[in-house]
Amino acid sequence: MNAPLLRTEALSKSFTLHLRGGLRLPVLGGVDLSVEAGECVVLSGPSGAGKSTLLRSLYGNYRADTGRILVRHLGRTVDIASADPRTILAVRHHTMAYVSQFLRVVPRVPALDIVAEALLGRGPSPEAAREQAAALLLSLNIPRRLHGIPPATFSGGEQQRVNLARGFITGHPILLLDEPTASLDADNRAVVVRMIQDAKARGTAIVAICHDLDVRDLIADRLFPVAPYREAA
Amino acid sequence: MFAVCVRRWNGGRRRSDADCYDNSTIFIPHCPRGTFMKGYNFAYLDEQTKRMIRRALLKAVAIPGHQVPFGSREMPLPYGWGTGGIQVTASVLGRDDTLKVIDQGADDTTNAVSIRQFFARTAGVRTTTHTGEATVIQTRHRIPEETLRENQIIVYQVPQPEPLYRLEPSRVETKRMHALADYGLMHVKLYEDVARLGQISISYDYPVMVNNRYLMSPSPIPAFDNPKMNRMPALQLFGAGREKRIYAIPPWTEVRSLDFDDHPFRPINAHQACGLCGATDSYKDEVITDDLGGRMFVCSDTDHCEQRRAATVQRHGPARPGHRAVSGPSDETGDDGSGAPRHGEAATP
Amino acid sequence: MNDDPILAARGLTLSFGVIPALLNVDVDLWLGEILAIVGESGSGKTTLLNVLSGQLRPQSGIVTYRDPEGAAHDVHAMPPPMLRTLQRSDWGFVHQDPRRSLRMNVSAGGNVGERLMARGARHYGDIRAQALDWLEQVEIDADRIDDLPRTFSGGMLQRLQIARTLVTHPRLVFMDEPTGGLDVSVQARLLDLIRTLVARLGVAVVLVTHDIAVARLLGHRIAVMQRGRVVETGLTDQVLDDPRHPYTQLLVSSVLQA
Repeated sequence: MNAPLLRTEALSKSFTLHLRGGLRLPVLGGVDLSVEAGECVVLSGPSGAGKSTLLRSLYGNYRADTGRILVRHLGRTVDIASADPRTILAVRHHTMAYVSQFLRVVPRVPALDIVAEALLGRGPSPEAAREQAAALLLSLNIPRRLHGIPPATFSGGEQQRVNLARGFITGHPILLLDEPTASLDADNRAVVVRMIQDAKARGTAIVAICHDLDVRDLIADRLFPVAPYREAA
Repeated sequence: MFAVCVRRWNGGRRRSDADCYDNSTIFIPHCPRGTFMKGYNFAYLDEQTKRMIRRALLKAVAIPGHQVPFGSREMPLPYGWGTGGIQVTASVLGRDDTLKVIDQGADDTTNAVSIRQFFARTAGVRTTTHTGEATVIQTRHRIPEETLRENQIIVYQVPQPEPLYRLEPSRVETKRMHALADYGLMHVKLYEDVARLGQISISYDYPVMVNNRYLMSPSPIPAFDNPKMNRMPALQLFGAGREKRIYAIPPWTEVRSLDFDDHPFRPINAHQACGLCGATDSYKDEVITDDLGGRMFVCSDTDHCEQRRAATVQRHGPARPGHRAVSGPSDETGDDGSGAPRHGEAATP
Repeated sequence: MNDDPILAARGLTLSFGVIPALLNVDVDLWLGEILAIVGESGSGKTTLLNVLSGQLRPQSGIVTYRDPEGAAHDVHAMPPPMLRTLQRSDWGFVHQDPRRSLRMNVSAGGNVGERLMARGARHYGDIRAQALDWLEQVEIDADRIDDLPRTFSGGMLQRLQIARTLVTHPRLVFMDEPTGGLDVSVQARLLDLIRTLVARLGVAVVLVTHDIAVARLLGHRIAVMQRGRVVETGLTDQVLDDPRHPYTQLLVSSVLQA
């Protein structure tokens, strides 16, 4: 077995709400997660258990309180929990992609460019990048007539597919997926499941949150339970 | 010491320091030449003022093209009539100097005649209209056609010494631009000309770079005269009385007219020969000769034109301008040529 | 990755009378990244911008600029001609009010060309070609090149200012509320333009804004200022999604959701 691409050691995370009189909300404590290449780990647990917090902490979007988040990045190991911002940006550029539930982009940029842009600076010429992006959008059933339109006016499902295309097009070795199929119909769900399976076959390590049990069973190699954290008194 | 340095440019022909620059504030004329006005110091200004101006001139010569402030005095004529030039002339004038004064090239216009008389009466110096005879030439808006020599001084009357003043209203900012040689703005003006008109349209007061360092206004001389400033053997001094600035170009200094590589500097001149002397290489004024729309082009430099005509007379005997192969209204005038205009009437803005 | 920052500030302190404008501020900026400085009016962000760009001298602290050869220069100890040379070629400044840097009585082409000419460009055809190219890049019609800026809309003026700033391919650009005072639709277009150009040219940008959304869209990193101090700094999404300092939490929670 290969060394894991992504591993956490005693990861904990809490929020302190200064506007609420310094109220402290512990969310994660002592999380030890390990994901290998080609493996898809689905986080399981009830709403509010901290699944999204864990996923965002892995990406460096949330800052861990204690513990380590070790990522294999360009042949060396980087601790996301203690890395400086530029290192985290480099990890996101080369190694780890995150597909959020909601698309957040610059207004006015057409859907095609949003997807193609993710490829820029990675080798393909702008034209090649646009071609790849168009192919991927088409396979996700985003018709060509929508490619030139900024996705702000798209339906929820269309926006999510644009978001997925942007996450998948680069072929990052580590993929973090937050509810990838939440607002998709059955056909598109099948497309996404196939894309995830293809990515696994290529050796991508995937951590996902997925409430849809059918999809979960199709993609998950194992489940990682996340329970609401109770600090020892 | 200052006087010595200034005099060097003038060929070192003056007698001695004590002779010209004694400390007496009132100069008692005892010079046999000319009629003198009693009660004035030599060349009107007192010696302290002249020293102050000579110090400014020395600094100006040391930093070619750089505007040096000076304590411009009240003169017995209004600003705009050459007060800056007169103060500079008064400060460099010695008893043995020969003064020529031109206004737009002409020796016989009111301004030129008055200033010449002014110095003849307050300094008793010899005056001339011949460029070659003069040691000091005060000028408004022209450089003589005849090439100036090493022991001559040309003094320009300057209305506005700041070449950037139409482009940048703040004097503080233009000073900073000069200090940092930040002259992109001047080129913006040239760019705008080419963009709008297809060429650089500045026909007078065409900005120059002096010694590759300072942007300088050449005073409102025609752009035609700009090339004469480059590596001129004579010392060039500039006085702006109202604006209280002095600047200078030492002899043999490089003076380059601003331009673009693909739109090079091109002096503008009339395409006709002089209607009086036939010169094609001199700067021309267009003059109206009658009420019927008759006009002709004549040399702006009256001395140059007269010398050329005198030389023709010597070679070929008396001749009328009309005998030359120049078409013009003078052809129809009488034998005495009285229909030809006098130069002083050749008014250009 | 481990190269030196193009701009580094340490311990910047400056007060106006008894009011502290900067208190012990450190800044690092690398080529190719946008650092957003956010905070409310009076928090010291514009003062910081002016100190970083050499226009205002701090009472203590040092700002170091690293030139293309890797030599470090103390911005406030630099001889004025050198600072001016930097400011007109290697650096750029984008003001909130484009009228502050544009010449309103000079054509659009002349405005874009001025920095080229200040740097010594003397070929009219080249200058004009570059001006045309840059007008196109900021989406201003080529046939407006000889028009005066006073005939331009606010958004066009801002884009013209950006063209004028970027024409010399600066390495470091200071932007002070570049989208302030513009309509929302115009603002969106401008944000996209800034983002694209900055990414393509690989310049380093210090962006001052009071608009959290602008900071989120453009900034790689963010520094939150309050009463002259940098109270929180880090990755933009980290700081805005997981704010730790009470003031940052207040700032983030005060943003209106469209």
